[in-house]
This record gives sequence, C-alpha cells and structure tokens, in this order.
Amino acid sequence: MVHYWYNNKPAGVEPVALGLLKFGLRRTYPAKRHFPKAKELKRTYDVAIIGGGGHGLAAAYYLARDWGVTNVAVLDKGYLAGGNTARNTTIVRSNYLTPEGVRFYDESVRLFRDLAEEFDYNLMYSERGHFTLAHTDAALRTMRWRAEVNKHMGVNSELVLRDDVARMVPQLNMSEDVRYPILGALYHPPGAIARHDAVAWGYARGAADRGVEIHQLTEVTAIRPSPGGIELTTNRGTIHAGKVLQATAGMSSVVAKMAGFRLPIRTIPLQACVSLPMKPFLDAIIVSGSLHVYISQSARGELVMGGSTDPYQLYSTRSTLDFKEGLMMHMLELFPFLSEVRLLRQWAGMADMTPDFSPIMGLTPVENYYIDAGWGTYGFKATPVSGKRMAETVATGKVPDILAPFRLDRFSTFDLVGEKGAASVGH
Amino acid sequence: MKLINCPLNGPRNAQEFVCAGEVKLMPDPNACSDTEWTDYVFMENNTAGVVREWWCHVPTAFWFIAERDTVTDTFIRTYPASEVFGARVDFAAPAAKGGGA
Repeated sequence: MVHYWYNNKPAGVEPVALGLLKFGLRRTYPAKRHFPKAKELKRTYDVAIIGGGGHGLAAAYYLARDWGVTNVAVLDKGYLAGGNTARNTTIVRSNYLTPEGVRFYDESVRLFRDLAEEFDYNLMYSERGHFTLAHTDAALRTMRWRAEVNKHMGVNSELVLRDDVARMVPQLNMSEDVRYPILGALYHPPGAIARHDAVAWGYARGAADRGVEIHQLTEVTAIRPSPGGIELTTNRGTIHAGKVLQATAGMSSVVAKMAGFRLPIRTIPLQACVSLPMKPFLDAIIVSGSLHVYISQSARGELVMGGSTDPYQLYSTRSTLDFKEGLMMHMLELFPFLSEVRLLRQWAGMADMTPDFSPIMGLTPVENYYIDAGWGTYGFKATPVSGKRMAETVATGKVPDILAPFRLDRFSTFDLVGEKGAASVGH
Repeated sequence: MKLINCPLNGPRNAQEFVCAGEVKLMPDPNACSDTEWTDYVFMENNTAGVVREWWCHVPTAFWFIAERDTVTDTFIRTYPASEVFGARVDFAAPAAKGGGA
C-alpha cells in the first residue's frame, strides 16, 4: 500500500507548501542580502582596488581583516568575479619547480584549507591528489627534480612510476601502444579543486562585512598621480585614493598603460570546457604536459577540461573548434572510454602571459600604485596568498620576502623565476 | 578553421602559421643601455587593437608581416617584410677592450 505524505505526516508538521507561503508573506524577509546594495562613490578612499576578481577581493578582505584598512573601494568594470576567477579549471596545488614558487603556492594551499571555515561558506574544497604524467625520460627527470624541490620545501610530492600510476588511477589507459605511453607521474596528494565563484563571493562578503565598498559596473578610464595618492577617473565620477592596487588579469597591460608604464605581458586566451555530468568515476586530477591536457571531475560530475593557451595574442573570450579538436584527441588517448561523452559548455579567459611563467607582484614605477598581474594560467590557486601578501604590501608599503622574487623589475636585472616547466601545459 | 592569407602561398589554414610577436626595432646591442635592451627583450605594448606582427608560414618557412586586430580577431593585411625592411642591418662587433697583445 502506498502512503502519501499528506495522509501520513507526523502530527504538528505543516505541509511544505503552507510553510513556504508563510515564509514568502512575512513582512521582514529573514534572508540577509549577500552583499550590501551599491552606494554612490565617495570622493576619497584610503585604498582603491581596480579589479573585483578573486585577487582584488582577497586583497580587500585581508586589508580590512589584518590591517584595519576599511576605507577601501573595489572597482570592477563588469560584475564580481566575472573574469578569470570564474573561467579557470579550479585546480589548487603547490608542486612547482622553483623554491620561490613552491614556497609561495604552498602558503596559498595552507590558506585555502581553512578558508571555508573562516568564511562560513562551502567552497567545496576537495583534495583529490594531483598526477602530472610523464611520457618521456626527460619529463620523468623534471618530475624527479620537482619532487625533490617540493620535499625540500616541505611540500608533499613524490615521483611514482608506471605500476603505481596504474594502481592509483585505474581509469587511465596504460597501453604502450599509443603515441605517448605513461612512464610515471609526479604525485602531489594535496592537489585540490574548489568552487571558484564561492571563493570570490566569500572574500567579497567578508570584505563588505568589514566596511569595504564593492562597486560593480565601475570602469576606470584614467589614472593620474595626485598629491598624496592617485586620482582615478571612472564612468561614475572621479575619486582620490591614497593607494591603488591593480588586479586586472587579462587587461593588465591596458590598465598599466593608463598609469604610465609597460609590462612584460602578452594577453593570450586560454580555453576550457566541461562535459555533461556523469556518475563520479575520476577522483584524481590528471595533467599531462606532453599531451597538453588537464582533467578533473567536479562535484556535480562534469569533467572539467583544459589545454594549452591559444596560438596568438587576443583580447577576446571566443571559443574555437581547433582547441576542442586538439584537446579531445589527446584526452581520448588517456581515457578512450569517454569517446561518446558530449560537451556541455565551453568558454575562454584572457590570460596574462609573462616570459618566465611567474606572476608580477609588488611595486611599480608609479608611487602609491601597486600591481598584481601576470597571472598567466595559474592565478586561481594563488588567490588567498596573493590577496594576503598584496594587502600587506599596500598597507605597509614594503614588499614581504615571499613576494620579492616576483617583482616587476626582475626583468631589468635578469632575475627571472622560470616556472615554464611546472606552471601549466604545452607552451 | 580560420584562414590566414600568406603573401607567398595565398589563404592557408591558421594551424600552418606561428606568430612571433610585435614588429619592433632592435636597438644596437653594443651601443644601447641595459634598460633599453631589457625593454626590447621583455616589455610588450600588448595593444588591444590593431597591431603589426611577425608571422611565419611554417611549411614554407616564409616570414611576413601581418596587421591584425587583437580585439576582433581579424587579419587586416598581410605583406612581405620587404615592404618595411629594405636594407640589411649589420651590427659591428664591439671594439676589443684592454691592451693585451
């Protein structure tokens, strides 16, 4: 016999529909606005942050939380986290090649782990284990090198060989009868994925709760030094800020040009896509530099896939068929059983590519003007650490040790931080 | 597939080409300052708009110049480098320093 809920309900419980109706008719709506409503721009701020993506919002949050600087405006020409914060493939890891890079990204991983609790916000931070596959002896040598540097810096990474890869990721095609057979991998257990929008929203809410103003649809159109700071002209009026932080990935060169200096950056699109959702079958995050592919399965079952950057510079987020053909050809070599799976969505972001595949953070030739740029294809994972350390830089006017290797003038002294082998795939 | 008009071979698939970046004049490495040299090596205009770049049709190893809009992803004009560079540029070897014999 079938018992319907309405004639089987426990005593004292209202039917759901009636409860919803009562909730809807209540005079004081109990849900709190996520962010306060936008106000008019004030005339002056202690700090203005150009760019309301993850990095800019994180810097605002730590300025308010750690340094008591709350007279802060975050300006974004579009909407919150509408740029690369919501266009990356959400991987967080610290298995880099240079000691400078490993130390920096390791601090980010540590911050990420506590973030959900700090925000009281589910970031769906999920440590999956990260495998960077090696298909050649040269790649194996680089993986061993990275593993040793990582271990020296206290980061959990290990070189694993073919048999271990087959045991740990049984979904992988271990055939030797392919173009690039899998010889081993750099295994990085802390490698994680997260819900990228939530990271930005968490920082935005935390910053707004502490008094930071967030102004969307506010485009900076001119930047001029003025006594005691910087004057910014926007489409909503002119403001004066004691200090300005630029965090505008993709548009870094355009904004820096307004401020009066050039950057060693090329803007190149990076494309990505997701499949239709499937039952969870892939726990690990799989990356292959030789095959120019990275893939993970999100909490809702979509395969999140990306490859190398586009072949030429462009200020555009268009998608191309070439990219998908190349990506799928390589992905099917690793996972032949996915050949019938369909794509659900595709998109692109504009990446700031630097000559050494490391970011540019710290001081600029313009006084009171700070920069957080050059985030190439690796910016999301650094959101907490760059926000925290750029906030420190802006608040104190001094560049902390951990950021010093990434200064803009490293290019004039030839002190490059070469991360090409570890930052991303296929360049 | 995007087509690019090669001045030597006509319209070809974009995958046959590589872009080598902005056309910029090389300062004399023996005469310029370190700042000028690093500026030449690393700094970019990274223009959002019309740019002039070096491109190469790889199968025929033919280098040419393309004018391209980096916002609309359109090629405006492609032409042989000889339109811009008419004369060979030679840099003299730096004068030997010191008086060793």
